[in-house]
Amino acid sequence: MTTADLLGKIIQVVAALAAFSLVIGLVLFLIDKAPKRGRDYWQLAFFLLPALILLAVGLIYPAFRTSLLAFSNSSGEWVGGENFVWMFTQPAALVTLGNTIIWVVVVPILSTAIGLAYAMFIDKSRGEKYFKALVFMPMAISFVGAGIIWRFVYDYKSGDNAQIGLLNQILVWFGAEPVQWLQTSPINTFLLIVVMIWIQTGFAMVICSAAIKGVPTEQIEAAQLDGTNPWQRFTNVTLPGIRGSLVVVITTISIATLKVFDIVRTMTAGNFNTSVIANEMYTQAFRAGEQGRGAALAIVLFLLVLPIVIYNVRVLRQQREIR
Amino acid sequence: MSDNVVDLPIPGATKTRVDTTAEVVGKSARVKKRLTSRTATVVALVIAVLWTLPTFGLFISSFRPAGLISTTGWWTIFQNPGFTLDNYQEVLFSTSQSSPQLGAYFVNSLAIAIPATLFPLVIAAMAAYAFAWIKFKWSGALFVLIFALQIVPLQLALIPLLQMFTQFLRPGQEWIHSIIPMIPEQGYLPVWIAHTIFALPLAIFLLHNFISEIPGEVIEAARVDGASHGQVFFRIVLPLAVPALASFAIFQFLWVWNDLLVALIFSGGTQDVAPLTQRLAELTGTRGQDWQRLTAAAFVSLVVPLIVFFSLQRYFVRGLLAGSTKG
Repeated sequence: MTTADLLGKIIQVVAALAAFSLVIGLVLFLIDKAPKRGRDYWQLAFFLLPALILLAVGLIYPAFRTSLLAFSNSSGEWVGGENFVWMFTQPAALVTLGNTIIWVVVVPILSTAIGLAYAMFIDKSRGEKYFKALVFMPMAISFVGAGIIWRFVYDYKSGDNAQIGLLNQILVWFGAEPVQWLQTSPINTFLLIVVMIWIQTGFAMVICSAAIKGVPTEQIEAAQLDGTNPWQRFTNVTLPGIRGSLVVVITTISIATLKVFDIVRTMTAGNFNTSVIANEMYTQAFRAGEQGRGAALAIVLFLLVLPIVIYNVRVLRQQREIR
Repeated sequence: MSDNVVDLPIPGATKTRVDTTAEVVGKSARVKKRLTSRTATVVALVIAVLWTLPTFGLFISSFRPAGLISTTGWWTIFQNPGFTLDNYQEVLFSTSQSSPQLGAYFVNSLAIAIPATLFPLVIAAMAAYAFAWIKFKWSGALFVLIFALQIVPLQLALIPLLQMFTQFLRPGQEWIHSIIPMIPEQGYLPVWIAHTIFALPLAIFLLHNFISEIPGEVIEAARVDGASHGQVFFRIVLPLAVPALASFAIFQFLWVWNDLLVALIFSGGTQDVAPLTQRLAELTGTRGQDWQRLTAAAFVSLVVPLIVFFSLQRYFVRGLLAGSTKG
């Protein structure tokens, strides 16, 4: 990077920010000077239109275009449902769909279970804050960064070379042969899933922890006086008390998991039978030039996410009403 | 306790027996409780270690000389000691063709993330204010529509948006480049716009929740005194909404900083625009075994989010909880 490059970049950012504030300031000034009649309409337009235009042009229209694209081939001719037929018949595409289902079943359940258990165990313990920070930290890390961290754990050295990946070293300590983890299907999909669980557990833990603290102490003490053991107290008092939060955690993680792209992209690029819908969508549309197939995959992704989001919103709204 | 025994009219012996049995029960319960809490603590410790170890290993390795990283595990650091800053020096500042040259990408990440946080913040705050405090027809329906847009995965918009950018935005960028050659043809503009658009539905929804809670008397009083909507917005609403703005800003900044998909599609992948994440993904593809570079490079990209995380944890958590369904 030369100084000129750096200067060009700084100019771009400063110019963009200046232009942005200038336009907003100027329009605001002009509107205040507008004739009294109809001023309210001008003001409304000023506040609302930037967002509406951006959304209409950048999200709503493209979404409709994509829906049309899904029914055409790479040269833009109408092919009907061919792309969807491809998706549900080609072995490679079926693997992608199957992997996505494995992801969306395993990740939410395991990360919520581990997060909840951890939150219970460290609840009211000494140093709870630090315990939380340790597990929550992966949330701040990018999926790409997480991908590199875990690739290092899964690293493989052939023959008599010393292992530098922790997982293979553990195998060696137990006298087993090291494995090329990321190239070995189907274990590699589960190893990628581990990365996602590693990231999402922190999220589950923080929300569960807040919910656990919201369960009234009197209820737990009453149960204690009744002679229940900790496990009974957990299943009969705590669990029903945090049900709403659990649903939110599971649905939220499911949505994030359905859209997972970066982890697969960084760790295997979807090779060795590890692809998922979001990754395949990118590969088809932007690498293979098959825009129709990419669009069809995007539609399927949308249809998979839709019911979960609706359910999530309904639960959230119910919770708010209760409160 | 022994005093009690003496004072009580019941024969001392029986009482003591009762007491000891009670004590035994109490003790066994306490032991049991301590045991369960001890296993709980151990399990919690194991989870904490498991969750920290991968990052820790990478961090240690990033300071080890190249020769040692590729031949010995980081857990043998005491048998094979070695410390160097060369890895960081190389990934950040080396100008040789083969090095990752992360300096430029680090600047790009900042240059993308800062405007891509501020633009949607301002635009969404304005829209949120309109929905909350300006009465107009269709207000409710329009707000529900925007709320519903959150369910559109950004994958659904990518292909047509890219087509539009190459068709309409590219000529403008080329024109700017011809006037100021320092600004490359492929600038940050498409990435900023894309991030802004994708952030809006969530941002409007969140900020509306907060802005509509501002007491109506405050705003009406200002309006009666003759303040325009613009004045009310800048003088009253924005200062009061700072906590919500901060939470969203942090969430959006980290989201953009950590994003790979939008960058891959709209940045073009050159040193002029591409952010750190894109460069890292590229490096793992082409130089997946150069661990001395990858470890240091990964940490360069993690530094900013980790600083944000540890210094602004409360806002961070709040923003994260609010924005967890984005994407």
